[in-house]
Amino acid sequence: MKFTLKVWRQEGPTAKGRFETYEAPNISEEMSFLEVLDVVNESLIREGKEPVHFDHDCREGICGSCGMMINGQAHGPQRGTATCQLHMRKFDDGATIVVEPWRAASFPIVRDLVVNRSAFDRIIEAGGFVSVNTGSAPEANMLPVPKQVADAAMDAAQCIGCGACVAACPNGAAQLFTSAKLQHLNLLPQGQSERWQRTESMVETMEEYFGTCTNHGECETACPKNISIDFIAYMNRDYIKAKTVNRKLSGQGLG
Amino acid sequence: MVQARPQSTVEAAVRPIRKRPRPLPWPLSLYQAYVGKKWVMAITGVIGLVFIAGHMFGNLKLYMGAEEINHYAEGLRTVAYPLVPEKFLLWVMRVGLIVAFVLHVHAAYSIWSHNRKARPTSYASKRDYIAADWASRTMLWTGPIILLFIGFHLADLTWGVNAVNPDFVHGEVYDNVVFSLSRWPVATIYVVANLALGIHIYHGAWSLFQSLGVNNPQINQGRRIFAALFALAIVAGNISFPLAVMLGIVE
Repeated sequence: MKFTLKVWRQEGPTAKGRFETYEAPNISEEMSFLEVLDVVNESLIREGKEPVHFDHDCREGICGSCGMMINGQAHGPQRGTATCQLHMRKFDDGATIVVEPWRAASFPIVRDLVVNRSAFDRIIEAGGFVSVNTGSAPEANMLPVPKQVADAAMDAAQCIGCGACVAACPNGAAQLFTSAKLQHLNLLPQGQSERWQRTESMVETMEEYFGTCTNHGECETACPKNISIDFIAYMNRDYIKAKTVNRKLSGQGLG
Repeated sequence: MVQARPQSTVEAAVRPIRKRPRPLPWPLSLYQAYVGKKWVMAITGVIGLVFIAGHMFGNLKLYMGAEEINHYAEGLRTVAYPLVPEKFLLWVMRVGLIVAFVLHVHAAYSIWSHNRKARPTSYASKRDYIAADWASRTMLWTGPIILLFIGFHLADLTWGVNAVNPDFVHGEVYDNVVFSLSRWPVATIYVVANLALGIHIYHGAWSLFQSLGVNNPQINQGRRIFAALFALAIVAGNISFPLAVMLGIVE
């Protein structure tokens, strides 16, 4: 197969970016999208030019490092797939493919296709954890969790934090990420003791960095883990509860 | 071989786009968060939907003749009359609608201006939307269209402003409507505005369930159907009036 790639090149955070066109001949249809970028980079290096910078790590769809807008869609045309698992057989031979980094105020471009996603870390730091006494691991059956609850929590916990939801959202909102990181803990017994504090803190931190949801539903289709916007509705309900329930009685502050 | 030069990422540091506001007492604290603002949008949207449905249904009396609709309009002023002063409930409804309307518009404006800050540089390549439909992406256009139309509609058939409706006679609802809608530019405004309203409702009547957290596998399919049928019923009912006048069915 043979492709023409239009790739966003930007020397640094404040530099002016532009699209550069590269030819990618002799591409196997079994190659992943990142491998095509590798091929392009090899030829750039041979020509003595700067290769295209992009984030990647595991290349098996579980780390959340890779991610770029491919033909105007986050992670490209295949649903439920990260860029590393997107294979070239999904494209027409001879096609022109446009590649752009995620764009959001809180995802500043570091270089080319690499963006700084540490705003997600700020949201996790605000409450995306459970506080437990450390020590030896507890006996697994001490705290029974119904199968359905575990399944629902796992659906949310699948989030790999790639940022595709923010990138795809017309508002640049991080509701899908935040709701997934919030509800996988709020669903489980271990998450209850800090539930309302966590909800308030994570939602309000999210609003410091990202836009807000107007229910386009675009994040759900971009998510490589198929996380449902049902979790956003769940978060909306929990936020109002967090502001309204008697937190003094549940030992979660006075708010 | 060219070695990639290490680049400082300090310039790419992440800064908040919004300062966390000082918390106000409950329930004002809810409105300080955008999630809370969406609740307000949804609840005021429900108030609007109830009004729009009642308004459309009441106006169907146009087809029952002049006496019937004039009597209905007069009756609105004396709802629950002997129990409460005349026009009391009318003004309760009016004030409620005005408050809901102002909150709806303010929340929309504030969400819009916040979301603009969230993506200052837009994509250089063409976006390919999958789920975000035309209705959801044009809420900010259909909204102001409806806003302008409400102003026109009030001037036309409530206040009877001379420049808009020179033949307005207070209380003669039937004649006022027929006169106004028999002018084709006015009939066109009504048709266009109601199409915008239908598009607005198609997204809003679905979206409000998500904003309020009303989400359940048993009803999730029904939410879209509800929004589509609601929008269709409103548009069909409301557009039938200018069409009926223009086609001479009502005269």
